[in-house]
Amino acid sequence: MDRTMRRSLSVLVDNEAGVLSQVSRLFSRKGYNIESLAVGTTDDPKISRITIEVLADDKQINLLSNQLRKLLPVHSVKLLAPEHAIRRELILIKVNVPTSEIGNRVIQIANIFRASIIDVSPTTLTLAMIGEESKASAIENLVKEFGILELVRTGMIALERGTDTIYEDTKEKGEFNYGKNVL
Amino acid sequence: MQLTGAEILMECLMEQGVDTIFGYPGGTILNVYDALCSYKGRVRHILTSHEQGAAHAADGYARSTGKVGVCFATSGPGCTNLTTGIATAYMDSSPVVFITCNVSENLVGKDSFQEVDITGITMPITKCNYMVKSADDIADVVRQAFAIARGGRPGPVLIDIVKNATAQKAEYIPLTREQHGSEGRLGALIKRASHDLKAPEPNMADVKKLAEMIRKSEKPLLICGGGVVRGRADKELLAFAERIDSPVCVTVMGAGGFRGRNPLTTGMIGMHGSQASNMACDSCDLLIAIGCRFSDRVALDPASFAKQAQIVQIDIDRAEINKNVQTDHHIIGDAKQVLQLLLDELDQMDHTPWKDYVFSFKTETEYEEESDTLTPKQISDSIARLMPEDTMVATDVGQHQMWVIQHFHYDYPGQLMTSGGFGTMGFGLGAAIGAKVGNPEKTVIHITGDGSFRMNCNELATEEHYDIPVITFIFNNRTLGMVRQWQTLIYDKRYSETTLEHGPDFVKLAEAYGLRGRHVCTVEQLEDAIREALAWNHGFVIDCAIEQDEMVRPMVSGGSRITQFIID
Repeated sequence: MDRTMRRSLSVLVDNEAGVLSQVSRLFSRKGYNIESLAVGTTDDPKISRITIEVLADDKQINLLSNQLRKLLPVHSVKLLAPEHAIRRELILIKVNVPTSEIGNRVIQIANIFRASIIDVSPTTLTLAMIGEESKASAIENLVKEFGILELVRTGMIALERGTDTIYEDTKEKGEFNYGKNVL
Repeated sequence: MQLTGAEILMECLMEQGVDTIFGYPGGTILNVYDALCSYKGRVRHILTSHEQGAAHAADGYARSTGKVGVCFATSGPGCTNLTTGIATAYMDSSPVVFITCNVSENLVGKDSFQEVDITGITMPITKCNYMVKSADDIADVVRQAFAIARGGRPGPVLIDIVKNATAQKAEYIPLTREQHGSEGRLGALIKRASHDLKAPEPNMADVKKLAEMIRKSEKPLLICGGGVVRGRADKELLAFAERIDSPVCVTVMGAGGFRGRNPLTTGMIGMHGSQASNMACDSCDLLIAIGCRFSDRVALDPASFAKQAQIVQIDIDRAEINKNVQTDHHIIGDAKQVLQLLLDELDQMDHTPWKDYVFSFKTETEYEEESDTLTPKQISDSIARLMPEDTMVATDVGQHQMWVIQHFHYDYPGQLMTSGGFGTMGFGLGAAIGAKVGNPEKTVIHITGDGSFRMNCNELATEEHYDIPVITFIFNNRTLGMVRQWQTLIYDKRYSETTLEHGPDFVKLAEAYGLRGRHVCTVEQLEDAIREALAWNHGFVIDCAIEQDEMVRPMVSGGSRITQFIID
């Protein structure tokens, strides 16, 4: 696992102005491009969860996680191992359908991928689909020939499989909290 | 009670026991400076010539006293002028609270006169920063800011308050320092880090593991880093080094963390480290770095650094572990606490053969004596001979900085103020002023070069106005010596834009500011000048002429193995 690959980080932060910019600037400052970013509040409205994906090797991702953990508004950071994580994103595709024949073909493709048609106009269809990159790029490639007018992704969100959560207290987490001890 | 935001700010500074503020007023911070009038006698404000000088002075005050420094500046250019000073404090983990005011809330975001997004600008160079838009939040933020600046690994914090919030009235409820941790934002932060109101303990299993590694080691080496100085762990380190009978090398930031005259010290390590330090690092079997982040000036080549050794890091900042050098073990904790716990675990050890090997190498560079002109070593020796032993030293950056770290013996944390991490030329004079203000009973000297001194010599005006008796020694080689040294050694003696053979006359400059100065070319003249400066007891500038081609020796070039000296 020592090669550069796409890594997912889950980050719990204070839901406050400026925190996202602090987190994202850390990546650019250390020289990494964010491949995917998704932010939203958790069951506690005071806390947001950020899912970030970057291209990095083992050492780099550890350094990045450590720098993140050091930021005051960051509560915890977890690197999600690909085999132990469920990753999903929502993708919306607006496809050009000049004829009803093409429209039918697009609807067929949508059915196969369990994408839903969420908007229709005389010459366009908008599909919504939940999935991972492979599924998303497969449907993208299939409808490409008809002409994609617009495409948008929410960014990947991810959770660990099984009983593990980001809230577990580890020795490492305690070590980072030591430095945040402020008295 | 109902107070204005500016008054609440001042009250909160009183809560923290602040008695000295360095700063510079301006349009947006007027309300705060107006409130300051009512605190005459309780707090002293030092008006510098430039905001950068104020930032360095607050930093020097913090480093030398161990307290949190405080610095005020106005919006726009006022706060951007602070940035070099903030970055300097950040890189060297110095606790300073910077308070700036921004334009009123209705003008924010409109490119108003003297408006700048200073919280955005300083995000990467502060531990944290705040933009305060309501007087209601000021007390809460100031209390948290001070705790964060001084807590854990110390560092600068910036509070930007919009002007209207400083005029607005709000309810102020006085709290003592002890109460801060259980209230408001700070209380929430501490609760989240799952700490009670007491400092956390280092992990005992980690401590015991290190103790076992020490017992098995035959060739241990300690690195005293800046963390020992910030944590004031000098006594514990001394006891620990003596207990395990290990040589100790010192980083630039660690100077003063281990007594310079102690027979266990091998001197500085790294690019300009002593032969003994660098050779010991290369051949030890256990390297324990205390409060040291293995910067590229110490671990010049991380891959070959201490390659025969198991490397152990003791640090308060978990993010430093394995950042620059891969380690075998670490302990997270305050240096003082961890060393004390280790002392409790270990019996007296003896490593005479290893020490004999290490100290067969030189701990100090030997220079040929009998030069016609002054040498850096002679200047350092004269200063050491004539000045009190506990003299505080602030330096700028360059050759003079390395010389005085190599040649002087630093005996206590805070004795040396130098910009080790950021390498800020122009840091020294401000820092010396801050140190003298914070330690009026001590003699404070400022060691500089002609290049560095030009950068912020305007602070001589501050020295004169407040009668802060700092003695400045200029190692004047009429060139940017360190850059020239690299040009000599690496760039085939092409001295591109490093020669400074054009004014000013530094003695006349001192006189123009109402101070005194002397040009000196010999040891005799130098010592007369030092005596005169000590007797006069006001700001004094001694311009020492040295050879243009003096070099800092030894030297290992960046990225090389630590024993590959390019000059002895």
